[in-house]
Amino acid sequence: MSDTTDTTPSTTFDHDTAREGSHAAERDFTPDGRPLPPKRDENLVSSVSAEQVTGEASLWSEGWRVLRRNPMFWVSAVIIVAMIIMALFPQAYLWFYNGDPNPDGVCTLSNSVNNPNAPNGGRPSTTNWFGFDIQGCDMYTKTIIGARISVFIGIIVTTFAVVIALIFGTLSGYYGKFLDTFITRLTDIWFAIPTILGGIVLLSVMGTRGMWQVAFVLTVFGWPSMLRLMRSQVISTKEEDFVMASRSLGASNMRLMVRHILPNGITPVIVYATIFIGSIITAEAALSFLGVGVALPAVSWGLMISQAQTRILQAPHLLFFPGMALAITVFGFLVMGDALRDAFDPKGR
Amino acid sequence: MSDAGEKELHLGGGEAESELRVDLDSREPVLDVRNLVKHFPLTQGILFKKTIGHVQAVDDVSFKLFPGETLGLVGESGSGKSTVARTLLRLHEPTAGEAFYRGRDLFKLSHSEMRAVRRDIQMIFQDPYASLNPRMTVGDIVAEPWRIHTGIVGKNEQRGRVAELLELVGLNPDHINRFPHQFSGGQRQRIGVARALAVNPSVIVADEPVSALDVSVQAQVVNLLEDIQNEFGIAYLFIAHDLSVVRHIADRVAVMYLGRMIEVGEEDPIYERPVHPYTQALLSAAPIADPRRRQESDRILLEGDLPSPSDPPSGCRFRTRCWLFNQMAEEDGDESRIGKCLTDDPRLEDRGFDHPSACHYPAERQIIETVEAPA
Amino acid sequence: MSTATTSPSAQSSTETIAGRQVDPGAPLLEVENLRVEFRLNTGTVVANDGVHYTLKSGETLAILGESGSGKSVSAQAVMGIIDSPPGYVTDGSIRYRGIDLLTLPENQRRKVRGNHISIIFQDALTALNPVFTVGFQIAEMLRVHRGTSKSDAYKAAAELMDRVKIPAASERLDSYPHEFSGGMRQRVMIAMALALDPAILIADEPTTALDVTVQAQVMDLLAELQDETGMGLILITHDLGVVAEVADRVAVMYAGRIVETGDIDDIYHMPAHPYTIGLMESLPQLDVKGSRLVPIPGSPPDLTRRPSGCAFHPRCRYAQQVCVDEDPALTPPVPGMDRRLSACHFSEEAINVRRR
Repeated sequence: MSDTTDTTPSTTFDHDTAREGSHAAERDFTPDGRPLPPKRDENLVSSVSAEQVTGEASLWSEGWRVLRRNPMFWVSAVIIVAMIIMALFPQAYLWFYNGDPNPDGVCTLSNSVNNPNAPNGGRPSTTNWFGFDIQGCDMYTKTIIGARISVFIGIIVTTFAVVIALIFGTLSGYYGKFLDTFITRLTDIWFAIPTILGGIVLLSVMGTRGMWQVAFVLTVFGWPSMLRLMRSQVISTKEEDFVMASRSLGASNMRLMVRHILPNGITPVIVYATIFIGSIITAEAALSFLGVGVALPAVSWGLMISQAQTRILQAPHLLFFPGMALAITVFGFLVMGDALRDAFDPKGR
Repeated sequence: MSDAGEKELHLGGGEAESELRVDLDSREPVLDVRNLVKHFPLTQGILFKKTIGHVQAVDDVSFKLFPGETLGLVGESGSGKSTVARTLLRLHEPTAGEAFYRGRDLFKLSHSEMRAVRRDIQMIFQDPYASLNPRMTVGDIVAEPWRIHTGIVGKNEQRGRVAELLELVGLNPDHINRFPHQFSGGQRQRIGVARALAVNPSVIVADEPVSALDVSVQAQVVNLLEDIQNEFGIAYLFIAHDLSVVRHIADRVAVMYLGRMIEVGEEDPIYERPVHPYTQALLSAAPIADPRRRQESDRILLEGDLPSPSDPPSGCRFRTRCWLFNQMAEEDGDESRIGKCLTDDPRLEDRGFDHPSACHYPAERQIIETVEAPA
Repeated sequence: MSTATTSPSAQSSTETIAGRQVDPGAPLLEVENLRVEFRLNTGTVVANDGVHYTLKSGETLAILGESGSGKSVSAQAVMGIIDSPPGYVTDGSIRYRGIDLLTLPENQRRKVRGNHISIIFQDALTALNPVFTVGFQIAEMLRVHRGTSKSDAYKAAAELMDRVKIPAASERLDSYPHEFSGGMRQRVMIAMALALDPAILIADEPTTALDVTVQAQVMDLLAELQDETGMGLILITHDLGVVAEVADRVAVMYAGRIVETGDIDDIYHMPAHPYTIGLMESLPQLDVKGSRLVPIPGSPPDLTRRPSGCAFHPRCRYAQQVCVDEDPALTPPVPGMDRRLSACHFSEEAINVRRR
């Protein structure tokens, strides 16, 4: 434990009566001759002082202490780090894998699960861990490569949503009045459009559908909830006495927002953003499954699941591996969100 | 230290009263509040807000604060005492009125002019848990005034000055890098005092500074505030609901009820010879911490609750709960005397006693028997 | 009053509660050596340790203590409403008219709650259910515990509200808690607590959230109801003024223990524990002018780090080495002074400090 206890006696207080008599035996008497208790023994040996200053250094380190002790945090952290490495450096998962007969990315139809003569019928084996898909592509390689679009879209969309929330949510909550009315009504209207439905409409009229287009569309429909959370945090924090105190000192609006309101209001947003990454990854998969996500020849888990749908009974591995990858990733982010909330925002539970 | 503390006035009736007035007027007030009004609009509607009424939080309140003195502002919840404080510091914009600080009307200052004046008028808050930013160290909190008002204390000297201030308020200067939640309630309130002292203010507005603290710790903070006043001659506007604490610390006392100031005067007259029926009831309801002095028999019990400040009673605002009003209504059976209470709004003015009050029928009444403290 | 009660002590001696024989000679409530622990992941907090007091019919016992002294925990233990986990009563006995409540099974214990011992809290708004009318909530007590018919229960509810002096009681039966002011809500709580004619009412900081004029109304009401019913009242508070106005006996708590008990006048005029002495000297008084306050240095201890020996020693102006090393027992300050108990190594001398 990094708890610190201050054991140096405080210099604050006068045991003024105690100063004079240091001998325990020396007694005073009341005017009518009754005995009074002895003055405080100046040489008292005690491990505690009247004033104690205790606890963790800061709220962040206090939170980190709680987080460290939570096994679910470590489980989700491992998952998230593994998935981010997979997205950034897929080679880290492929260099030791010898099952893919076509590491250059071109697939051989003879390996397709539709071909009865394919190795092991295209199903998972000790050489081809995840089997082959209909085009004869190695499923392990595809699953690893597919992480990039899913994870990137989740992070890109969340980053944009957080930035929008930080700027407009803070301004809206801090200044109130017309700006706030305008922004909150706008989000109300936006809330009425379901993300997936809006995504389908917007994406189906787009010419090209790459990662950035999908990320753009999900940002367009996903930003309001984050903004509303940020705004309500700012509104409740700006009424706190410490903000009032700084305001009465003459602090500028910028100082109040940056030094006082944001640091104290941001934790629920961080927690929500973590969970938001998970739900955006799911949304991307849903759009791909519905055929309006990233277009072929891109590789994404949603797309793989979509392609698996015609062969689910004959070749369940086509669904299983990308499905599991997706589920584990989303699970990782959701659990991380919960762990962060327990540690940094216990009130929000 | 100014002459505020030295006054020993035990004045009775009319002739001595003019003497008191001369005495008060001969001093230059550091803060002169005139006819302060703060109404909060009650709104309805989503997109286009419509005002459907006003909460009359503070209505026509005037008072003066003299250098080095403590003016106690007492009242129950809903009396508007905290709104007075916050409006003075322009944490709320006033609806009407003037507040002169060294000859300048605070309410007419531009934001940048006000910023400069804020150095001189500091505030201490009620809740020592809420009034310190939990993400900042004690050093940063106490030094914040210098980051806002640059040029008072140079960057390099700040740490040393913070340590001095912490020592002044009775905290260990080694704790400069600690965070507020590591301290106890009383220690946190000391941090708040240190922050207020950082810019050498001439006025401190203390909004219930000790009411969140335990009795044993409360006395530490009260003593600290007294010591600081003696050392630096700071004037306090001390807002509290605890009449005992106010009696202990205040030189003058102002009593508020439903947004109005209803009686104001030196500490002794208010506590020993109150003339307003509300002040009398308030004093009578306050428990006395001595079982031998239980005052069960002659306690004035107020009936009912505070009326809504958005729709205050006509005439005298206190009449709906006034024991004197009820007594007169019973005695007369008509409106001969109480008619005035129903229609005329009593102003806070001289009514032939040693201090002003806002009642049509003021009468001295001794509620508590004061004893001198044993040496 | 229609719901008048006879004092419990006047009832027949063959009475049983929860299947146990009432001891007619026993005091109304006797708490002995009570120990309550909270097992948190940061460590075990002993919130009550050796808490000890008795209450007689018609008596008002004030449990006086500052925040964190464990005064509310002891009330919750008597009521049997401590959240478990993390809270556990690990030692001691709570005897209601001779019956140890801690040995009763939970379903029997529930019958004691409300019927025999009731509690009111500081914050009436959170203690009342916001979605039911107050009439329904009061009537519910009677219907559940007594099986009273709906119309009779509502009639009784109106009478109870009248008894706690809520104006136009029968018209306000259908009002919701938020439609009442703070003082009126506290009266509704009192009406609910009194619905089943308990022999003991525990009032946990009943007026702390109220303004002083309303506080006076509520305290007067409690005293009046106590006179009518002869119930025992346990008043838990930090307010020395309120205690001085209403209590017969006082138990002072510090850091989870009772440090001093005695009759009200004795506690105020010859306190025998340095903590009580300190409280008296640090209190600004309405009717006393001119003195400088003498605070107790430091802050109350964190119960996860209770000081050794006498927990007050770090702040005590009389502390000696023995106070650090040995835990003082709760004993009469002067031999033979049997209505007083004090837990101080120097209580025999301390009692002279403020003797008046």
